[in-house]
This record gives sequence, C-alpha cells and structure tokens, in this order.
Amino acid sequence: MCLAVPGRIVSIAGDDPLMRMAKVNFGGIVKDVNLAYVPEAKVNDYVIVHVGFALNTIDEAEANQVFEYLKEMGELAELEEQNASASTERQ
Amino acid sequence: MKYLDEYRDGDAARQYAQAIARITTRPWTIMEICGGQTHAIVKFGIDELLPEAITLVHGPGCPVCVTPVDLIDKAIEIAAQRDTILCSFGDMLRVPGTGKDLLSAKAGGADVRIVYSPVDCLKIARDNPARQVVFFAVGFETTAPANAMAVYAARQQGIANFSILVSHVLVPPAMEAILSAPQNQVQGFLAAGHVCAVMGYTEYEPIAQRYHTPIVVTGFEPVDILQGVHLCVRQLEEGRAEVENQYARVVRREGNPQARKLIYEVFEVGPRAWRGIGEIPNSGYRLRPAYADFDAERRFGLTARAAEESSECIAGLVLQGVKKPDQCPAFGTRCTPERPLGAPMVSSEGACAAYYNYRRAAAQPARR
Amino acid sequence: MDTPSDFTFTLSCPIPISDYPNVLLAHGGGGKLSHMLVEKMMLRAFGNPALDARHDSAVFTLDGGARLAFTTDSYVIHPLFFPGGDIGSLAVHGTVNDLSMCGARPLYLSAGFIIEEGLPMDTLWRIVQSMAQAAQRAGVQIVTGDTKVVDRGKADGLFINTAGVGVIEHALRIAPQSVQPGDVLLVNGDLGRHGMAIMAVREGLEFESAIESDSAPLNSLVQELIGAGIEIHCLRDLTRGGLASALNEIAGAAQVSISIEESRIPLRDDVRAACEILGFDPLYVANEGRLVAFVAPQDAERALDTLRAHPLGQGAARIGMVGEGGRAGIVTLRSRIGASRIVDMMSGEQLPRIC
Repeated sequence: MCLAVPGRIVSIAGDDPLMRMAKVNFGGIVKDVNLAYVPEAKVNDYVIVHVGFALNTIDEAEANQVFEYLKEMGELAELEEQNASASTERQ
Repeated sequence: MKYLDEYRDGDAARQYAQAIARITTRPWTIMEICGGQTHAIVKFGIDELLPEAITLVHGPGCPVCVTPVDLIDKAIEIAAQRDTILCSFGDMLRVPGTGKDLLSAKAGGADVRIVYSPVDCLKIARDNPARQVVFFAVGFETTAPANAMAVYAARQQGIANFSILVSHVLVPPAMEAILSAPQNQVQGFLAAGHVCAVMGYTEYEPIAQRYHTPIVVTGFEPVDILQGVHLCVRQLEEGRAEVENQYARVVRREGNPQARKLIYEVFEVGPRAWRGIGEIPNSGYRLRPAYADFDAERRFGLTARAAEESSECIAGLVLQGVKKPDQCPAFGTRCTPERPLGAPMVSSEGACAAYYNYRRAAAQPARR
Repeated sequence: MDTPSDFTFTLSCPIPISDYPNVLLAHGGGGKLSHMLVEKMMLRAFGNPALDARHDSAVFTLDGGARLAFTTDSYVIHPLFFPGGDIGSLAVHGTVNDLSMCGARPLYLSAGFIIEEGLPMDTLWRIVQSMAQAAQRAGVQIVTGDTKVVDRGKADGLFINTAGVGVIEHALRIAPQSVQPGDVLLVNGDLGRHGMAIMAVREGLEFESAIESDSAPLNSLVQELIGAGIEIHCLRDLTRGGLASALNEIAGAAQVSISIEESRIPLRDDVRAACEILGFDPLYVANEGRLVAFVAPQDAERALDTLRAHPLGQGAARIGMVGEGGRAGIVTLRSRIGASRIVDMMSGEQLPRIC
C-alpha cells in the first residue's frame, strides 16, 4: 500500500520543528522531504520516505541481518548435511 | 540505490527460496496484507520461486481498492463544483465510482490535480485563495502522518480554503475481520512494513495470540518478502504464533511515536466502510471534532448515499484472500484495466491488475 | 474487411460511445487506448496497404522504382523547454526517427506551427532556431511549413506538427512482418531519460536531477547499421509507452513471442530512482533517442559493435530475443530473481503511484 523509498539526507534547513525540511538524495535525484517525524535524523542518515515525509531513519546495523540470517541458515544446513552423512556412515 | 538493490539480489532470493523449501513439510496459506507487496510478488515473480505447498494470497492493503464507491462519487461531485480544485494521489484517478472516475471528471472540465504529497495542497490553496482546495485523503496508517500534517499545518497557518475528504483505513481490524470470517483460509500473515514503521507492531501481538496465527512484519523487496515467508513458515511448522520483525532496518517495535502523536491530534478512530468488504468497526480514522472545519464532506454538505457496486465483482473475496483474481469469471474478459468492474483491477497495487498485467498469459489464449 | 462505401454508411462510431463518450488523455498516451483509437477508428476509416503495415512511416514505391518513406507527428509537449531539449528539436528528431525506423534516409521535413496568442516572440524564435539546428545536425531540410495563431487559451503555448519524406536505398524490408524466431533484440542505450526529464519539471512532482532528455536524431546510427550490412528485420523508436509498448506492438504485428531479460536492460541509477519514487515502471517510460533493433542472430555481435562505435549507441545492449515457440503476441520478461512474467502494453497513462 505504501510506496516508501530509502534516501540519504544531503542537507537540512529550517528550525520550525513542524516543517523541518531536508534535501534527500535518492540514487542521484534530490527531493525535498519533511523531517518533522524524525527529529533525531541528521545529515548523511538514510531515511525511508513516503509522500514527502520521512517515516523513520534506517538502521544500518539491522540492514544486514537479512543476509546474516541467510548465512547462518546456510551453515546450519551444511552442518545438518554433515551430521546426516556422518550418521549414515555410522550405520 | 542503497537499501534497495541489495534486497533484489537474485542469489539471495534463490537461497531463501531453497531454505523455505527445506523447512516446508505441508501446505500453508500465507497472506501478504499490503498491495505494495502483492505488486512486488507478481512483478518479480517471487511466488514462482516458492515450493508448491506454499500459497500466497493477497490482502486488502490497497487504499485505492478499499475506498468506498460512495466516497469516489463524493470526490467527483466536489470536483464538479465551480471554483474548486480536487487534489489526489495519481492512482486514485482511475478508480470507478458509480458512474465514472476522476479522470473522466477531469476530461469533462473539472480541475483535478495529481499531487505527490498532501502538504503540496497547502501551496495550491495559498496560490488560489478564491477557490476551495480539497485533498482526497485515502490511505492506511502509513499515509496518516502526512495527511494529519496537512490539516494541522493548514490550521496553524490559517489556510481556510483547504479541506480533506477522508477515507483512512487501519490494518489490524481488517486482519481480525479476515481471521474471524467463517471462510478464512489464512494461516499466517506478512504484515505491512511501512504501516508498522509508523504504528509499531505491539497491536499485532494480541491478534497473533488470539487467533494463533504468526505475523511477520515484512519489507517490500524480493529478498525481504522471501525472508518474511521463511520466518512465517518456520513458525507454522514449529506450531508457534508470534509477531516477528523481518524489516528491522525500518521498523521498531514502538513504531514512530512522533508521527502517531500528530495522527491522534488530528484524527480519531471510527467505523469505516471498505469497498467490497463492508463496514468494519473501529477500522478507520475520521477528523476529530476540533478539526471538523477541515472536513470536506461537512464543508460541501455531502451526505451518504446508496452507491451500487457491480454485482459481478468479487473484489471483496479477493481482498480477503478467499479467491484469487483469476478465479473470477469476469477476470480479463468483462473486467480489464480499461473497463474495470472493481477497484482491484485499477490500481497497480490491486491484486487483479497485478495478475492481469503480469500473468494473464498463463490463463488465456494469445491475444490478437 | 469493410469496403470504403460500407464504412461510409456505417454511421455509428467504431469506438462505443458507452465506453468512452469523451476522448481521454490516455487516448493519446501511447498505451492501449491510443492503440484502440488507431486500430478501431483511424485504420478502419483510412485503411490501405501502406497504412495497414502499421509501421512508423508509410513506405511506397514510385513508378521509377524509387522507394520512399513518409511520416508525420505532432508535438504537444509541456513544458516547451525541458532538460536536454525543447519542443522544436523534439519535433525534428521525432520525425527523422520515424523515417529512420523504416531504414529510410530522411531528406525533407515540413513544419506546421499552431501558436497561442500571447506566446513571447523570443520563445518562438528560440524554438525555431533550435529546430534549424536540429535539422542541420540530422542532415535534413525543412522545405515547407505553415503558421496559425489561435486565441489565448486554445493551445498550450505552441504545438508543432512535422511531416517528413525519406528515401530507402537498400533491399532490406525493415518491418514487424520481417521479424523471425531467433532474432536478437538490441537497444542503443539506457532507457527512460526523456520521460523522467519531463517528470522532473512537471508541476507538483518536481525533483532535482541531472537527467536530460535523450532526444536525438537516429538516422546516422541506422545508416551505420545498414552500411555494415547487418540483416536488420525491424527497428522501432521507443517513444510514448516506452520499450514495453513497442515490443507489444511488434509481437502483435509479427505474431511472435518476445522475451527480454530485466537485468540486461540498461538504466541509469538516477532514472531508476526517479521511477522508484513515482512508482513508474521504466519499461513504459518514453524515450526520444532510443530504438530497439531486431537483427538476425548471426549479425547480433557485429550489430552491437556497430552501435557501440557510434556516439548515440555507446550504451547499446542486447536485451532479449524472439522466441522459437511461445505464445504469439506475448512479451515476457525474466526478472532479476529469475522468474518470468508477461510485459503487457501500458493501460492508460502512467500515473504516479503514491500509495
């Protein structure tokens, strides 16, 4: 339902907390984005933007878990395979 | 693009698909709530990678699809008035009301404008002080912070010629409606990541418990969706029913409290009619009495009227995951994106349009 | 088929009034409704062998044996000036390209101006100069024309119509009907720049970018391909409706299946990002200096080298092929994650998908 796209904050302007505006770079194009809901966001942070508003900042550390989880599963599967072949060998 | 391209990686997607196949021992039916996810699933062909035992059914999370006919008629009626500008998100323009859609209203001379953000309407209102500017505020929780800000800022800045036509819907009541329906087939949910970015996911915890149904907060890219399916299947296989967060790079458990604060400043929860489904209690937002001045229905004196839906359209069943679009007898014949019978055939997020655009070939003889 | 007299006496409009009592913008958007307007109304009214070929230009042979191509197009773009071009250069390139897509060498153009009362004279002069430059660059002459001025409010500043004539100097039959199974599909560069350059300056959706329109005359590029002896089966410029619409039209006209690879379609990062934000599919976004070439498989590598050696083909890529079997008229895409889906013709105009 809700198209939201990640982009990097290039600059922040305005001290009105309601209308704290940023220039956000999305892969080379720049749009004005309202930061009212992400008061903690600073320049170079990535934010997720929906209809001109940043909904949240993106957590760099969490961004990798998708792939770490995959790696863990891969290792687990290998381990299981080894165990399985070890147990067949034992039989 | 950082945080986008990584999650479209073909190898990671295939590895997740294999991992899902490894843990799947029997058939499961999982619903992705959000139309954005439906769109990604058919566009990238994600479900083709899944084992046959996993069925993805498509949920009601398309704001354009669930906006009642009655409200579209009202938007058209407002647009037709003199000295009025009706502003809307792009994909709302093609959704049919009882007689016509907003695009035809525009073709007939109405001033209908596409905006990127609801706050853009404030500038239009300032630039056109002698005209009424109305924003057609559709959306789920994700869009509510922006719509709330438009109204809040209009009051702060004294922009009196601005109002909104509200059709705001909420996800959790719809999930409960689906789960408690007698024909329900859904065993697990992928919850909509961007809704949860605003709302967090504590409100899903009691639902997971009460209906013993796993709910995985999920992102929108292929690898996200596949990981979401994996987490969901793992819970189902292990007999667990918890809320898990696949989309932790964007979603925190508590959501975005600042955004919710402004939502509740401007809106309150009330009953909402969902197109194709009917009224669901406490399933939408309406303006609080303090902001009633900004209510377009009130400003234009519009009252509820009976609006007829095509009797042939099974959108309600599709939106509840009971039927797939291509199980509809009208699909691709009497109902096409050019001549839609129901809203899901219109929006690019609508399940019917997604099926029509991306996979009609499998079901139909060659055209021409 | 109806004979002309049959049609004359069929007074009912072939497009049912009940469906579309008024013309919608989408009837000009290059998608299904445009297609329907042309197929159901224009072709039915005007039908003749040259028109029925449904190519970018009409091709006919004169008594002396000379083969000519003839085409026309109208330009109604807003704004008149956009990053990378203006309505004037576009009006020249568009018609030059339509002629080139039949393998013709464009020679002469006409220019018709419909000018709104009040248009600044300086604006008109800049556009006319731009047309002159574009014509010079493309090696064509604007040999006839017309100017009309309409009341204020009756035109959006300026509309331009151009028509063009070119000569075909080779024996190739470059048309959808020549497309064969096994043909390789090439594009001459990254897609979507023109459409996104326009969106960047569209009121209400503006964004800052370095995206410039790809508007360019493709005649010399095409002449290079012909000169290199490439067995070209079909060419199509990827204007309104983008790659997806062009491929669907060709698949339909040639009654073949076409498959393309998502990961091979060249796209600039900024164009892709703009599409992400607006919810557009770049396959449907307009180009004004891009073509797809259907060439015989044995010539594909050489054609790619020829394209890449030309300034307008440096980003050329091989994006897919015509299926050996498959379902006639259907275009499929293999997605980045290895699944397959169909690519339909666009339905109506692409609207920003916000939700």
